[in-house]
Amino acid sequence: MFSFGIASKLKKIVGRDSVLDRAEDLMLYEYDGSLARGMPNFVVFPQNTEQVSAIMKLACSEQLSVIPRGAGTGLSGGAIARRGGIVLSLARMNRILEIDVANLRATVQPGVVNLDLSAALAPQGFYFAPDPSSQKACTIGGNVAENSGGPHTLVSGVTVNHVTGIEVVLPDGRIAQLGSKSANAAGYDLPGVFVGSEGTFGIATAITVKICRLPESVATLLSIYDDVQDAANTVVALTTEGITPAAIEMLDGWTLRAVEAYVHAGYPLDSAAVLLIELEGLREAVDEQAEIVSAVCRRAGAREVRRAKDENERQLLWKGRKTAFGAIGRVSPSYYVQDGVIPRTRVPETLRKIEEVGKKHSLTIGNIFHAGDGNLHPLILFDARDEQQTRRTLEAGREILEFCISVGGSITGEHGVGMEKQDLMSSLFSDSELEVMARLRKCFNPDSVLNPQKLLPSIRTCRETVMPGHASLDAPVASGAELR
Amino acid sequence: MSHQDSAIQTAEEHGHSLQMGESNFAGPDRPTWELYATCVHCGLCLNHCPTYRVLGMEMDSPRGRIYQVLQVDAGRLPIAESFVTHIDRCLDCRACESACPSGVQYGHIVERARAQIEQHYQRPWLARQIRSFFYRHVLGDRKRLSQIATLLRFYQRSGLQSLAQHCGALKLIGMAELDRLQPRVDDRFFFEQFGQVFPASGERRARVAFHAGCIASVAFSALNEATVRVLTKNGIEVCVPAGQNCCGALQAHAGFRDEARALARQNIAAMLDDRFDAVVTNAAGCGSTLKEYGDLLREDGQCSDAERFAEKVKDVTEFLSSIGLRPPERQMKLKATYQDPCHLAHGQRIRNPPRELLRAVGIELEEMPHSDQCCGSAGSYNVTQNELSMKILDAKMNDVSSTSAELVVTANVGCMLQLRAGMDRAGLNLPVKHVIEVLDECY
Repeated sequence: MFSFGIASKLKKIVGRDSVLDRAEDLMLYEYDGSLARGMPNFVVFPQNTEQVSAIMKLACSEQLSVIPRGAGTGLSGGAIARRGGIVLSLARMNRILEIDVANLRATVQPGVVNLDLSAALAPQGFYFAPDPSSQKACTIGGNVAENSGGPHTLVSGVTVNHVTGIEVVLPDGRIAQLGSKSANAAGYDLPGVFVGSEGTFGIATAITVKICRLPESVATLLSIYDDVQDAANTVVALTTEGITPAAIEMLDGWTLRAVEAYVHAGYPLDSAAVLLIELEGLREAVDEQAEIVSAVCRRAGAREVRRAKDENERQLLWKGRKTAFGAIGRVSPSYYVQDGVIPRTRVPETLRKIEEVGKKHSLTIGNIFHAGDGNLHPLILFDARDEQQTRRTLEAGREILEFCISVGGSITGEHGVGMEKQDLMSSLFSDSELEVMARLRKCFNPDSVLNPQKLLPSIRTCRETVMPGHASLDAPVASGAELR
Repeated sequence: MSHQDSAIQTAEEHGHSLQMGESNFAGPDRPTWELYATCVHCGLCLNHCPTYRVLGMEMDSPRGRIYQVLQVDAGRLPIAESFVTHIDRCLDCRACESACPSGVQYGHIVERARAQIEQHYQRPWLARQIRSFFYRHVLGDRKRLSQIATLLRFYQRSGLQSLAQHCGALKLIGMAELDRLQPRVDDRFFFEQFGQVFPASGERRARVAFHAGCIASVAFSALNEATVRVLTKNGIEVCVPAGQNCCGALQAHAGFRDEARALARQNIAAMLDDRFDAVVTNAAGCGSTLKEYGDLLREDGQCSDAERFAEKVKDVTEFLSSIGLRPPERQMKLKATYQDPCHLAHGQRIRNPPRELLRAVGIELEEMPHSDQCCGSAGSYNVTQNELSMKILDAKMNDVSSTSAELVVTANVGCMLQLRAGMDRAGLNLPVKHVIEVLDECY
């Protein structure tokens, strides 16, 4: 009865066809791009800031948790309702509000797809720099939540470097403007704090981003190796040479064979690893750098270095890299992708460690790295129907991340902590550091209405809101059916 | 609601492993684990799906539909109203297949899901009668199709149609949109040409069997005749085998796979012949199904014949482009935009040949945004899901009008009808032509 009242209140705010509350529909919001599962009690599809604000007010007064969701391509379970509540889908807030080329900025709603923004900017010679591999589907709101990067993070930074202002609905429903449209606002850098908060601080309803001019010239090199260690050593060698390519990506032989089956880009099927190296800038400089980079690659043991001969070949090579996770479906029913970060000088030994972990657990692990900035994406293959294997997979993932921490790295480069790596946060940060984070969250989200039980280790989330009637985290999971 | 309880169990108690219960699929044509487990729910398909773009909901996305199929197979979701609604809403345009890095054969999954729905779900009485009549007794029956077309022609020509349009009767019964989508029935049906052989002009470069199609033979005879002319003028002998029949595409898409199989066997028997270098069609939807006879007849003894037949099937643009056009007599100096038919671009992966042919006769092509996104026609979708189809069409018209094209070209009759209806709705006055019609004007 109680929940029936909530459904009708939600419908009053956003309209009848913008609320889901039937089990068979809610089931479709229990997943995202990760392995996590959890079913919400409601899904709502607001279309403007005022509706988001009204939803938050209702959620607060009813003590319901709210989980924001973009396209659901996330890889750490950030959009999963762990204990019921409202999934707030921003898919229908997908308008580009303003493109202001003269001031090098654009303002978008959170549901705008990353690549759609770049496509809209392209005719004027501009683009939005953060380029996560899921960019043809993921939303800019999601990029803000996860502080997403991509292959070009190496040269252009991550999302936080490209956001100047955010209109935010706070958990109590108030609307606040963090930062401004211009890049240099006074006071604390609140957009900087908000970006990467994984939906635990507020709901971004309008985002002002910087836009970048498309480079005059781009060269994409494919450097091919018979030994994975040579590829790893090339990355170190390039750094010492003083060249910063726009991107250095690494695919091991195993992964590139799956990818080649999809893109037919000419990835060499018999190689042990390839590096995809991109250089951009003025034409003369790019040509000169391409020569130097090729020489460095060969010295480090590359058997061949190719330069993409035209835009078409370049796009194909990148399509291969950017769709690599999905291409794994060709060879395995499920995969578990990790997102460790290490100093790039430690790439060779980390590769050996990953191989060791795979052997120990009898699992196949493919490797794709943003090698330039030491961001690893080991792909562990398994069959989700096999409970044993699933357990070993999760364990292997954990061991890899623990190794990353031990060599001075981190547990996430761009996928976020979500509900998947919370417990590892205690290995990465000291108690006092975690305490600061918990207090910061409390400033924005004092009652943990927004995206509870994410990001920070569970010990710190004991006061978080759960569905009414299930006040303790140990209580059985609420079911939507019971509530109606 | 037992499936929901188990849903939540899967969420937390069982961690990340997948619990497969007793399947709600049964009988032939089941979507199998091998088919749907290639989906790793990465979500890269979402923004390519026309229904997701309009509705913004996971249930109406490719990833979501595959997840629903998985849930039915795992026993968590019944084959009931909700499942049927979302599977029905799929255009089967297969844009998700082009977007999918994992190579999920989405078309096969959704067609099997529909076959299961036909077997295990009872639609309302009227819907059942209409579907059964149309799919079982009209499309594959030349005589009955001709009779119905003749009746429709009477309605169109006698003044009844304009009377119905002007007195508002169509609007009253909610048929105004559907009325607009009707093809104009031909004065003479192409069925009369069945059994004929059209010799190549000049030196013979190839000999093909022409698959004329069912509805195309009563409503697009002119296009079929143009196809024969363009082929023969390019040195290709064209036979129209008399024993051919409807390709079975609409039936297979709707879940009537047995009916589609029966038609497939007839077509193979009529046209699998070493004398023919190819089996040519001018309809992307038919071509895509003809090329998939191997899958359709997999459990049949005729499987190897079906695969040999499928290999011979060529879209007319594919065939002409591979053999090379003879120099056209005239050039057409026009700016045009090309709409990729889904079953050509996604179903058959043919994108460049039609464009090359158009350029070869002097057309200047200006690409519209999302040219490979469905126009909403999708076989009988614009009739069965009219409201959604029109929303998708309106978005398409926005893309068309963002170009400076004077002509819209496509390569499938269903798309032509839909795009013409779209011009009407949007008040645009651009002609819509088939690639072959453009070529025909140049020879």
